[in-house]
Parts: sequence; C-alpha cells; structure tokens
Amino acid sequence: MLAKRIIPCLDVRDGKVVKGVNFVGIQEVGDPVECARAYMEQGADEIVFLDITATSDNRDTIVDVVRKTAKQVFVPLTVGGGIRSVEDFSKLLRAGADKVSVNSSALKNPQLIAEAADKFGSQCVVVAIDAKRMEDGSWHAFVAGGRKDTGIDAVEWAAKACELGAGEILLTSMDADGTKQGFDLDLLNAVIARVNIPVIASGGCGSLAHFSEVFEKTGADAALAASLFHYKELTVGQVKEHLRSRNIPVRI
Amino acid sequence: MITIIDYGAGNLFSVQNALNYLGLENRVSRDPGEIRSADGLILPGVGAFPDAMRMLNASGLTDLIRKEARKKPFLGICLGMQLLFEAGYEFEETAGLGLLPGTVQKIETPYKIPHMGWNSLTFHRSCPLLEGIHEGESVYFVHSFQAKTQPECLYASCDYGTEIPALVGEGTVFGAQFHPEKSGEVGLTILKNFGRLTK
Repeated sequence: MLAKRIIPCLDVRDGKVVKGVNFVGIQEVGDPVECARAYMEQGADEIVFLDITATSDNRDTIVDVVRKTAKQVFVPLTVGGGIRSVEDFSKLLRAGADKVSVNSSALKNPQLIAEAADKFGSQCVVVAIDAKRMEDGSWHAFVAGGRKDTGIDAVEWAAKACELGAGEILLTSMDADGTKQGFDLDLLNAVIARVNIPVIASGGCGSLAHFSEVFEKTGADAALAASLFHYKELTVGQVKEHLRSRNIPVRI
Repeated sequence: MITIIDYGAGNLFSVQNALNYLGLENRVSRDPGEIRSADGLILPGVGAFPDAMRMLNASGLTDLIRKEARKKPFLGICLGMQLLFEAGYEFEETAGLGLLPGTVQKIETPYKIPHMGWNSLTFHRSCPLLEGIHEGESVYFVHSFQAKTQPECLYASCDYGTEIPALVGEGTVFGAQFHPEKSGEVGLTILKNFGRLTK
C-alpha cells in the first residue's frame, strides 16, 4: 500500500538555510546539505528546498546546493523558487533534483507546465499554489509570498495545471500558514475533488493531530511542514509514529 | 568495477552518487570495452519504453548488453528494468532486450497513475539483493507501466490495487522497478548487496 508522505521544507537563501523571525528579520540557520541529511535520517519521505534568493546574481547558488545534496541524500528532492524556464528545470534536474516546483512563473505562463512535462515527464513537474480565501467563499491564487492577488481561482488553476501535465500539486493555504491551527481541509477537499494527481497539503500544521486529521479528512497524499520540523517542535519520526498509531500507512 | 551504461536515457548521476557514497568503484560509459571488462553492469532509465529502446539500439550496445548480462551481475532500474522484458506496450509494441520472460503494460488500478511514492515490499523468492531487508519495508516508485512476468522471476512485489513486480530477475540478471538510489537506507542496502555480487 502506498504510504502517505511527510515532507520537510527548507527555505534556502544564497546557499544557506534561513528562517524568518516573526516575519521581519531572516536568520541564517544552517547548511542545507546537513539539514537535508538530518531530515532523511529522521525518516523524511522527500525533501523540499524553497529557494528565496532575492538577487538574480546568486540564482545559481541553489544549483550548487542541489548538486552537493544529491551526493549525500538518497530520498527524492524537490526544488522550487524562482524557476522561470525549461532551462531552469534542466539545470536543477541535471544537478540531481528529482522534481521542480513552479508557482508564479506558471501562473504567468501556463505553457511552462506543458513544456516541462513534455520534456522531462510529468512526475518531475510540481505546481505550487498559494491560495487565499475570498469573501465569496472561493480561493484565489496569490503570488509574491502571499501579498499579491492574481485574481485567478485557485481550484480552477489546480485543475488546469493538472490538464497541462503537472505531476503533483503543492497546495499552501495562505490563511492557515503560520497559524498552527491545522491544515485548511476545505481548500484541500475542493482541490482534490478536481484533480487526479497527488496533492501535498501545506500550511497551518501545529500538532500531531493536524497530521492525522489531514489524512483522515481529505485525500491528501502528503503533508509538508517547515517551521514545525525546523524548530524541532516535532520530528518526522514522531509524526510517523502518530500516523501509524492511527492506522494511516506510512514508511517507518 | 561497475559500469553504469550511458545510452542517453537515464538518471545516471543519481545512481552514480549512490554508488560513490557506498564506496563502490564505478564509471558511466557507453564504451563496449568498458562494458565487457566491468564486474557488474547497471542499466538506468527514465522516459518512455520505445524511445529508450531506440536509443539503446542506436548506441549499438543491444547485443553486447544481452550477452554481458548473462555473464555478470546486471541490474536494470525503473525503465531499465522494464527493458529487460520481451516487449513493451507504451504507445506502440516495442521489442525489449528479452532477458526476462514477460511484457510491460500500463498499470491497471483504481488508484492514481503514475504510481508515485513509497510502497512496501512483499517477498516471493529469496534474492541476494534483499539480504538485510525485511518484508514490509518500503522503496520509492515512479512509474505508469509495469511488468507482467512469471512467478519464477518475481523476487518482490508491491500492492497498488494490483500486484506490481518490484524486484525481478533470473540468474545474473536483476531488475528493480523502484529507484534504489532514492529509497533511503533500504535502497542503499540493495545497491550494496549488488556491489557485493560484483566482487
């Protein structure tokens, strides 16, 4: 039976793992290779690097990070952040990434999904969607770290991305993100009902119960968390033990 | 020395990273001499069956691979495993290497395709590559097609609404539908076991 996946996410800037402090300052907190290795040893089923490098001069630092990580980390590695073209895909995949995630560039140019899927296979094209609830109850896709409303319906966008050849949807609830009140189950169910590809739940988890809840109440295939694992509030191992105790299939 | 066969369709460097990590001497090559002189061979592969077979045929290595695979430990990974069979039915019927009996067909399951993620192994026959691994441990799969083979070639399978051959083989020939190079400790153990066979 296919296991539900637990995926730690690392924010990487200029080749270093960083973490926002109360949304103001950003602190350098470590070496991405070391952090990824530590997560693998805890039982992470996959690792995500989100590149938040601000300047274009340093764009290639992530390629180097991926190359070094791939020599030591033997679980699938997904890289996102700032990917604009098929060439960017190619660079990261050649460096050892297994999947590449696109967000704002795909919203701007949806054909990027089709081109990348055609060239490298759907399995390595992840479409990341940052969704925020509107007053009318629908969700819009946001860009620029959740600051800018594209006006595009997030559920429709997920369905379109799937049609274009995306292999997976990484769905972050901007409403739940950072609240530690649990995943946005309504958003997840709305998207999962419209796509036939795996959906990774992201944003809002703050406890073990939130992990079991997302798998018991939605058809999510995986759950992603950043701060929770980063600040060692929970380990991947603890999450999996909890899921197993609830009879949710996980890889131990 | 393990030669990772480079025919233009592969996750060559992921496999090489894993072998290097394990300290297993290896090289990536398409040179017939380096295939002949190797103690073990790995045939990787991602993409579609017909394209991969075309590239393999164009490389002129098909007959050499057929011959060498019977002489020394040989491991096909993912699409490289599927190519070991007699024929594939992805887009069109394509002849495979014919090293193992059976065909490769679209997975028929009520679940999502591709079959992507970690799935647990059920053992069928004892296999030197599974030494140190326990039944029920999981490995990482990404594929939409699967082998249909004989029970005597099936070492391990997984369940995805249908039985999917995970590890197959006969004599010196082995094939892994999953990616040992992405399957954490379990995958590394399988590659280490393969490395031991080549010594």
